[in-house]
Amino acid sequence: MANEVVDHGRRRFLTVTTAVVGGVGVVAAVVPFIKSWEPSARAKAAGAPVTVDISAIDAGQKVTFAWRSLPVFVVNRTKDQLAQLKGLEPRLLDPQSSNTEQQPKYATNETRSIKPEWLVVIGLCTHLGCVPDFVPDIKPEPFDANWKGGFYCPCHKSRYDLSGRVFSGVPAPKNLPVPPYHFVDDTHIQIGVDPKEAG
Amino acid sequence: MANLFDWVNERAPNLAPTFRKHMTEYYAPKNFNLWYYFGSLAILVLVNQIVTGIFLTMNYKTSALEAFNSVEYIMRDVEWGWLIRYMHSTGASLFFVVVFLHMFRGIMYGSFKRPRELVWILGMLIFLVLMAEAFMGYVLPWGNMSFWGAKVIISLFGTIPYIGPGLVEWIMGDFLPADATLNRFFALHVIALPLVLLLLVVLHLAALHEVGSNNPDGVDVKHGPKGNRWDASKPLDAIPFHPYYTVKDLVGVGFFLLIAAFIIFFAPTFGGWFLEHDNFTPANNLVTPTHIKPSWYFTPFYAILRMIPSFFGTAIWGVIGMFGSILMLALLPWLDRGEVRSVRFRGMGYRIALAVLVISFLSLGAVGAGVTAELIPEWFPGADATTLENAFGRIMTLAYFGFFIFIWVYTHFGLEKTKPVPERVTMHD
Repeated sequence: MANEVVDHGRRRFLTVTTAVVGGVGVVAAVVPFIKSWEPSARAKAAGAPVTVDISAIDAGQKVTFAWRSLPVFVVNRTKDQLAQLKGLEPRLLDPQSSNTEQQPKYATNETRSIKPEWLVVIGLCTHLGCVPDFVPDIKPEPFDANWKGGFYCPCHKSRYDLSGRVFSGVPAPKNLPVPPYHFVDDTHIQIGVDPKEAG
Repeated sequence: MANLFDWVNERAPNLAPTFRKHMTEYYAPKNFNLWYYFGSLAILVLVNQIVTGIFLTMNYKTSALEAFNSVEYIMRDVEWGWLIRYMHSTGASLFFVVVFLHMFRGIMYGSFKRPRELVWILGMLIFLVLMAEAFMGYVLPWGNMSFWGAKVIISLFGTIPYIGPGLVEWIMGDFLPADATLNRFFALHVIALPLVLLLLVVLHLAALHEVGSNNPDGVDVKHGPKGNRWDASKPLDAIPFHPYYTVKDLVGVGFFLLIAAFIIFFAPTFGGWFLEHDNFTPANNLVTPTHIKPSWYFTPFYAILRMIPSFFGTAIWGVIGMFGSILMLALLPWLDRGEVRSVRFRGMGYRIALAVLVISFLSLGAVGAGVTAELIPEWFPGADATTLENAFGRIMTLAYFGFFIFIWVYTHFGLEKTKPVPERVTMHD
């Protein structure tokens, strides 16, 4: 080569542009691999709304339904149980359901439900996602001498009342989430669809 | 044979010297004691895990529907399948036994200190990958504890503000641990993480052989007098790895295999510690086992997670505490400013702090494994068991982190009164 003078500016420009273009290519090539870990179309389809029959749930009983393979608790609360809710408020972390992410607007009320007796919550502890046990009886329990009925998580001992409101001083930070749901008729609810969307 | 050797040597003249440098003629201090068995034993277990793992994949079915039954098939119908699986499951637990002891050796004799910080950091990375490897392997049988363990551990990432919930779905590939989760964990467990692990082990050894091994006296043999029986340029107080330490390690291997064989043949579940009883029922996403507890080797870290309550509407503090407990270990070379390596010549404060570290680690293990939850009502009938357990667990969490804070204060402000360190190892001639 006749030209023996190295143009360093030009060399640096070529090095940097090659690295940048190559880097963009690598990032673009990584995207499909990252995205392949997202829930697949099949998994998403399995997350469609479900309609369940609640006519067989007696007062004081809880039945667990699956929605998006999540356990959804439907509880038919008795008058006694509902009467306890108000008195528990000083012991709760978020008694007024101030955290708007944990329930739709239509369930932001004292009973965290559309109809007072029917509680619908996703039965996964807001700590690390275990399924809490349903401990409905109003009597002293080993984990709480003043138990008024509610949910008790066996994993890390978080406690919730019968509206799914979390107690203070337990590992769980939030109330149990209320999924979108509406009453199709008196004995059926659809989980996954808001009353508004259902028209 | 000699011809073949010459043929290779001509084409790769560096191969034989490299082998001699890292294996047969690696010069190590001559005063190694019992604590120096666990490095070579870790390699032995790693080989066991790889070989038995390969054979397990030959009959294991990676599918949420078939996984549990295929493991039972290996246990019942595959010839010697039970032995291969128990070697793998027992090996997993013993891996952590030897690694914990290996790490404790490093802390006790100051092996993490200058110039071996890189060896220590690579070792901590190995520990992290090993924990991920063990966790994913635990999920594969798809028993109920596999499922719920996976759920809880993956949910840890959900506590990260803003990106948490999306990240959890991304890791699981579904709204709950499911077939997609199982398949990706299988891929990571059998190929991705083992490759990383092997690479890190090679780097760990290469970094070690660059600076040379530490020893129970913490004396730098490389900077001591030169010239031993085999080589005038090598340290006086060092001996070649072969035959001296190969033979020594073989004794360790013999003892270790005796213990391992006893567990494999007579107590493969080890009373629910190595294989948990709840994992002998298939995964069920609607029923949580009564007591979710991780494998024993995660229990100290898990206890820290459990003992830290949530503040400001988020549970992330426990997660930070748990990962922080491992980060603290990794930062040890920079927290401990003491010049003296070995506990033999360090101040009384260090010895007490080391004892506190061991006690707090074991106590947190007991809390995480649910031992305290069982014992407290027995020992203190009528007391509020949860309050007592929380108080104990929180004190032990403080003690664990206190070790690292104390060590920094103790060494940074020159409070430590060390004994004089000898010129040569204390057991020469």
